[in-house]
Amino acid sequence: MNRVPPLSAARAALVRCHACHLLSRMQAPPPGGRVLCPRCGAALHQRKPDSLARAWALTLTACILYIPANTLPIMTVVSMGYGEPSTILSGVQTLIVAGMWPLALVVFIASVAVPVLKLLALIYLLVSVRRKSRWRPRDRTVLYRITESVGRWSMVDVFMIAILAALVKLGSIATIEPGAGALAFAAVVVFTMLAAMSFDPRLIWDAMENPDER
Amino acid sequence: MACQDCDLLCRKRPLRVGEKARCARCGALLYARKPNSIERTLTLALSALILFVLANAYPLLDFRFQGQTLEISVISGVWELYAREMWVLAAVVFVVSILAPLLKILALLYVLLPLWLDRQPWRMARVFRWIETLHPWAMTEVYLLGVLVAYVKLSDIATIVPGVALYAFAMLIVAMAATDATLEPETIWECLETQR
Ligand SMILES: [Zn+2]
Ligand SMILES: [Zn+2]
Repeated sequence: MNRVPPLSAARAALVRCHACHLLSRMQAPPPGGRVLCPRCGAALHQRKPDSLARAWALTLTACILYIPANTLPIMTVVSMGYGEPSTILSGVQTLIVAGMWPLALVVFIASVAVPVLKLLALIYLLVSVRRKSRWRPRDRTVLYRITESVGRWSMVDVFMIAILAALVKLGSIATIEPGAGALAFAAVVVFTMLAAMSFDPRLIWDAMENPDER
Repeated sequence: MACQDCDLLCRKRPLRVGEKARCARCGALLYARKPNSIERTLTLALSALILFVLANAYPLLDFRFQGQTLEISVISGVWELYAREMWVLAAVVFVVSILAPLLKILALLYVLLPLWLDRQPWRMARVFRWIETLHPWAMTEVYLLGVLVAYVKLSDIATIVPGVALYAFAMLIVAMAATDATLEPETIWECLETQR
């Protein structure tokens, strides 16, 4: 059986609309203008524009913000005039000490494991694309899909703080002050989501199609 | 058509109801055919809108401690963050827990209702593009997990009674997931093409 070599839309001089998925013929943009999709009017790009540069910038920003997100307190529980700041890790620790194992596991996965693994996955994908790696492109695409869909779950801690902050009116007993760490943490989640969105998984496959370029 | 994840060209073939087409090279889901997609999605989006109103109009948790009662709702959490000058955090929570889900439901209704009546909504392409943009920022299900974590954390210091909104929220998540499952973007875009 003859194996037909895989043909990408880019090599066939076609471009896929990112919004409505219509394939149309690639055209040179008019000077100073953009080519628009004939069906839905979105700007057409062969690949997401500046995908690697944007994804790198957003990933590195998230990495830097990850430090204050873990060192600054995400909230301070003030009871009877005595304040106890807690960070993300100490929050998990408190749950373990209190014997709330399932909850500790949920918070650990959402707030510690997911952000770290997501940042590592993004850096790995970016490095592998830059080095034009030809290693297991299908698995790397799956890794990208997981990275893109799982990041939102890290917001759990931020939402929990929003609920606890609403308890302010019980001031006589205890108040919960949200801390700067919570803001840094929310920013890490938002920036990694933006980084995953600007990464174009088709770049993984572009390296597979030009064997002579290597 | 071309695959969204690896750009492979694939021939589009008619599918039987319930079938899905996947990319031969990377395994991405390309398109599917679902029974009565527009009608079902419209019904689900309408129920999602009603549940959304309930989930935001009623308290999530009733917090009872030493004779005091405090009702916590989605918006009161946002409001307290804002009142403490953490307005960036308040804005993030507001957008992903209230604004994005609401806009997504409204945009779906705006596109689907006229299509169901065989009419073309004004600026349909633009509104339908928003739905895809809004999708990752609507974090209703994550918010509910955050509420449950807060619930368990507080349950040993006070009595907490789940409010109407908590149940409405749980059903809202089911309705929104079902909406995503029955929606067929390919069909909607083809409606746009034929009516031009
Ligand atoms: Zn288009
Ligand atoms: Zn593919």
